[in-house]
Amino acid sequence: MINQLSWKVGGQQGEGIESTGEIFAIALNRMGYYLYGYRHFSSRIKGGHTNNKIRVSTTEIRSISDDLDILVAFDQETIDVNYQELHSKGVILADSKFNPKKPEDTLASLYAVPFTEIATQLGTSLMKNMVAIGATSAVLDLDIQVFEVVVREIFGKKGDKVVAKNMEAIQAGFDYMKEQMEANVPTMVLEKADGKHRMYMIGNDAIALGALAAGCRFMAAYPITPASDIMEYLIKKLPALGGTVIQTEDEIAACTMTIGASYGGVRAITASSGPGLSLKMEAIGLAGITETPLVIVDTQRGGPSTGLPTKQEQSDLMAMIYGTHGEIPKIVMAPSTVQEAFYDTAEAFNLAEEYQCPVIVLSDLQLSLGKQTVEPLDVSKVEIRRGKLVTDELPEIENKGYFKRYEVTEDGVSPRTIPGMKNGIHHVTGVEHAETGKPSESAANRIAQMDKRFRKVESIRFNTPVYKNAPHEEADLLIVGFNSTRGAIEEAMIRLEKDGLKVNHAQIRLIHPFPTDEVLPLVRSAKKVIVVENNATGQLANIMKMNVGHAEKITKYLKYDGNPFLPHEVHSKCKELF
Amino acid sequence: MATFKDFRNDVKPNWCPGCGDFSVQAAMQRAAANVGLEPQNLAVVSGIGCSGRISGYINSYGFHGIHGRSLPIAQGVKMANRDLTVIASGGDGDGYAIGMGHTIHAIRRNIDITYVVMDNQIYGLTKGQTSPRSAVGFKTKSTPMGSIEQSISPMEMALTVGATFVAQSFSTDLKDLTALIEAGINHKGFALINVFSPCVTYNKVNTYDWFKENLTKLSDVEGYDASNREMAMQTLMKHNGLVTGLIYQNNERPSYQELLTGYSEEPLVDSNLNLDQAHFDKLVAEFM
Repeated sequence: MINQLSWKVGGQQGEGIESTGEIFAIALNRMGYYLYGYRHFSSRIKGGHTNNKIRVSTTEIRSISDDLDILVAFDQETIDVNYQELHSKGVILADSKFNPKKPEDTLASLYAVPFTEIATQLGTSLMKNMVAIGATSAVLDLDIQVFEVVVREIFGKKGDKVVAKNMEAIQAGFDYMKEQMEANVPTMVLEKADGKHRMYMIGNDAIALGALAAGCRFMAAYPITPASDIMEYLIKKLPALGGTVIQTEDEIAACTMTIGASYGGVRAITASSGPGLSLKMEAIGLAGITETPLVIVDTQRGGPSTGLPTKQEQSDLMAMIYGTHGEIPKIVMAPSTVQEAFYDTAEAFNLAEEYQCPVIVLSDLQLSLGKQTVEPLDVSKVEIRRGKLVTDELPEIENKGYFKRYEVTEDGVSPRTIPGMKNGIHHVTGVEHAETGKPSESAANRIAQMDKRFRKVESIRFNTPVYKNAPHEEADLLIVGFNSTRGAIEEAMIRLEKDGLKVNHAQIRLIHPFPTDEVLPLVRSAKKVIVVENNATGQLANIMKMNVGHAEKITKYLKYDGNPFLPHEVHSKCKELF
Repeated sequence: MATFKDFRNDVKPNWCPGCGDFSVQAAMQRAAANVGLEPQNLAVVSGIGCSGRISGYINSYGFHGIHGRSLPIAQGVKMANRDLTVIASGGDGDGYAIGMGHTIHAIRRNIDITYVVMDNQIYGLTKGQTSPRSAVGFKTKSTPMGSIEQSISPMEMALTVGATFVAQSFSTDLKDLTALIEAGINHKGFALINVFSPCVTYNKVNTYDWFKENLTKLSDVEGYDASNREMAMQTLMKHNGLVTGLIYQNNERPSYQELLTGYSEEPLVDSNLNLDQAHFDKLVAEFM
């Protein structure tokens, strides 16, 4: 019996690789297993190697696995590119159609299964994926009935006959493989799961759900990988709430339209990836100086320019903190799990209104697209706080004077009226302005308004700015990360503890303003600090050095080849330090 | 009921004496009063440039944004609150150079706002460079040998991308301009109004006198029919774009808001932000 399994299906893009993975994963998720997926794909629709790796476990997991148990291959390239992940008892299930060859330097076994042939005999070669699922089930000794509901959901509208045919294909794959295995294939049998129904979703789904839970009613966005899912989800769901999404002509329009809607009093969002954020920068500055609430999602991918558009990277950190010319107060948060992506996105709307400034929800490709099992989300935990938005009737202002929208206050936050409110008229401009919004270039006013704007975020309250797993008062090592690296770090930490090291872990959830008070004690009490991040310059490590000092203790572990960290990589790198 | 005086504030415009923009401001204030608006129900969104300052000179909600982006901001405001009257405005550099992409797509989208472009064929605030509206041969600081680029014909351009309201005016025709802005506000969809608004400081070619000599009023064109797109295009081409009045209006095509599925009849800004448990459960169930 095993309590974890790693399964990968690969082939040419457009061959149904993703849906094969989906059917397999959804069925297992419904049995109560925890899943964590990783999609390898290219920026093209048809052709090119693609694979979908799914890790299955009886306990919660947040990382892709170090190795692979089963590789389902629809072409030789899949074997050649991926076989090294297979451990010695791993199995390759390959379509006999392409005469699969096993590389010499692997102990894994290869079985040529007539995926295409069986499928063709049953009616159409399109069902080769189903045959592969059947063959997989044989190796896992799974009851193939678990797939029936999923197959029905997917093919139901094509009629019972299609459903039956697909189930037949699964059965045929299962039977064929069982026969082959009789003698020599060790069956990998998973421990029984708890049978609980949990969500199986990507981070982008959680971000979009978080926006809905926060009362977001408008989105303006431009399509981009890996952020488009947020827009596509909200396009489906906002109309039922009276809201809408506008696909704009460009990223600048997306950002400025969101600013317009937010100025109009509606909770609004825009989402993009690095290239889009670069284009939004001037508008972010406008939101900063006009103190317009603004929620922006940045799902990071490999940069710069078009970079590695479908690969993992975490290199937008500095750009998000310092981007836009001039200086504005800004909040940058970085959820590290799908649950956090939900709650943090919802909270972003509160912070944007309370502090009247741009709030950037930073994600990364692996968090945004890695499909995984998620423990229940509690919508009742989502608060709606609108800060100093004026709701009462206002007294008349003498001589058509303007409302003091930018009143200099102790906490820097001024009362906010929105168009339509009587006696709330004021001017809004990206030009430096006085309390009523009228332009002013006076030195005294400039200082008063700059200081007021920066005072706002001095006292920012954010529930959990750092996720901490710090069991040791004095640690040998503190591992620090942000966004999706959390799972790999967690698993590495367990292994390091087994090695006899005292390890603490901090995952930074509030990147800016940096939670120095939370991080400094952890750095002080550790002999060494390693910052694990998917970029080439160590942006988080540098931010830490700026804010908490202790440069002599801080080591960077950087990976910028487009792939997420694996637990064993973090483990060995950390061990090297001792 | 508010009068045009209620749309005045105490800010003294920093435009040069004689600038065409003064009349555009007055026309906008009169039009707002004439259609029965109260100051708090009008939002004027403007871009950057001399003309962009207009949102600060009108007693209403005003948003002076960034260069070229008045239209997306204005569309966002309107989507947030469909009960507001939203006027976007700016210069020819704002709308036809840096913001041209937004102009075309705002026309196509047809959200119910009015866009007033103060067209002076020059960059004024940066002290006299060529604009996409400058004529070939026009000498400026950036085209000392004369402009060699073709000038944009915004009215013809608007007709080709599906505009439902296209009008042009001259800033001194205060009465006509006011009436056109009123018609633009009342139009159910996107209204583009291009206003020749001479720059007395940097444009010594396209002066008040020049316009008086060269403009033709559509009301003087016999048999002109503003519901006929083909006639509109031919007339514009015949007069090299130098016509004033309502060029084209299509009352058949519904506005963006009317075509949107599910879009709230009530202003979005008034919606209840709480997502009830039943609704949330339904959303979550789709991921199980």
